[in-house]
Amino acid sequence: MGARDPAGRMIFEVFRQEKKGQPFAHAGSVVAPDAAFADAWAREQYGRRGESEALWLVPRDAVHQVTEWADEFDLKYRRVDGYSIKERLRIARERAGTAAPGDS
Amino acid sequence: MDARTQEFLAYVQDGGQVEATDWLPEEYRQKLVKFIEMHGNSELMGVLPEREWILRAPTLQRKLALTAKVQDEVGHAQLIYRVAEDLGKPRDQMLADLISGKAKFHNVFHYPTKTWGDVGVIAWLVDAAAIISQKALLKCSYAPYARIMKKICWEESFHILHGRDVILAMVTGTDAQRALVQEAVDRWWGPLMQFHGNPIPREEDPMYIWRIKSQGNEEARQQFLEGYVPQIRELGLTVPDPNLRRRDDGVWEYSEPDWDELRSVVTGHGPRSQDRLAFRARFLEQEKWVRETLRAA
Repeated sequence: MGARDPAGRMIFEVFRQEKKGQPFAHAGSVVAPDAAFADAWAREQYGRRGESEALWLVPRDAVHQVTEWADEFDLKYRRVDGYSIKERLRIARERAGTAAPGDS
Repeated sequence: MDARTQEFLAYVQDGGQVEATDWLPEEYRQKLVKFIEMHGNSELMGVLPEREWILRAPTLQRKLALTAKVQDEVGHAQLIYRVAEDLGKPRDQMLADLISGKAKFHNVFHYPTKTWGDVGVIAWLVDAAAIISQKALLKCSYAPYARIMKKICWEESFHILHGRDVILAMVTGTDAQRALVQEAVDRWWGPLMQFHGNPIPREEDPMYIWRIKSQGNEEARQQFLEGYVPQIRELGLTVPDPNLRRRDDGVWEYSEPDWDELRSVVTGHGPRSQDRLAFRARFLEQEKWVRETLRAA
């Protein structure tokens, strides 16, 4: 997907922030001959109703995308699903004799 | 179907979404463009029936609200055409295909707006039918389209309120005003029942197969009936279909919509199809210099 449309105009990706402090989320894109026109289109299409606190207009070719994730090592200790607490806790309670009746 | 396409299909059928920069099977891209283009055309043509009433709106408040709604709908067309354009079909081509009759727009925008009652019914019931289809696009497998639908649905929700307000003002007014609303409901019921399309099972609907839409035509129509028939009736209005009834299992039965009328209307033979296309063609020509100036900038 090119950074310009077939007529040679720039494509700007539009990110909008709904409230101060919130993340900027991708909303759509506009095509324009330059940043000044992109500003005008984006205001009209994404801010006319006061629905945005701020907009980021980013030329599409300025977005450096990362989608490939190497997972060569088993790094699950860095995630919550890397820990199986329940089963071990059951055994520990059994050994300590603190398992409540109903606990299994 | 090659293995890559098969994998793609399985991915979207499992609820997966794709981006503009992802690889897309050609068939998917074509279906998407066709669907999105018709949606954009409908937004652009859909303002014309209402536009006719801006100068005749009953109060200044209504005039401003209607103008804002028209502006919103044209804005939706801009957002939607942008998505289709990004998929490879130039905007000029889409507009040319609209004017020449090669591309379609929704049936409800081919009919006249005879009275202010029609304006109320369009903003209330036609928009309600449309929002049911549009909400089902929030889960579209093509993520850029799904994202702009969020903004569009948000704006449609206060258009419906505007429509309800117009209708409530009229049904609480004089007998003549009330009659205007009932006549408008009678006029629009047929087109409204055709709006969601023939009851093709969703598993056979290519737009569902590729998860461009997330519901079938009949599901959308049932949702419309379930939500709006009670709202119409509670105002003392009647629905002009003697066979309309809700079964004990919650399914609505109704008279068979006129599918021949739907086919004829969307292929450019509706009562106002040609006038509205001519109007759009005239303005495209008139505003050509603006597009050319911008392109030269």
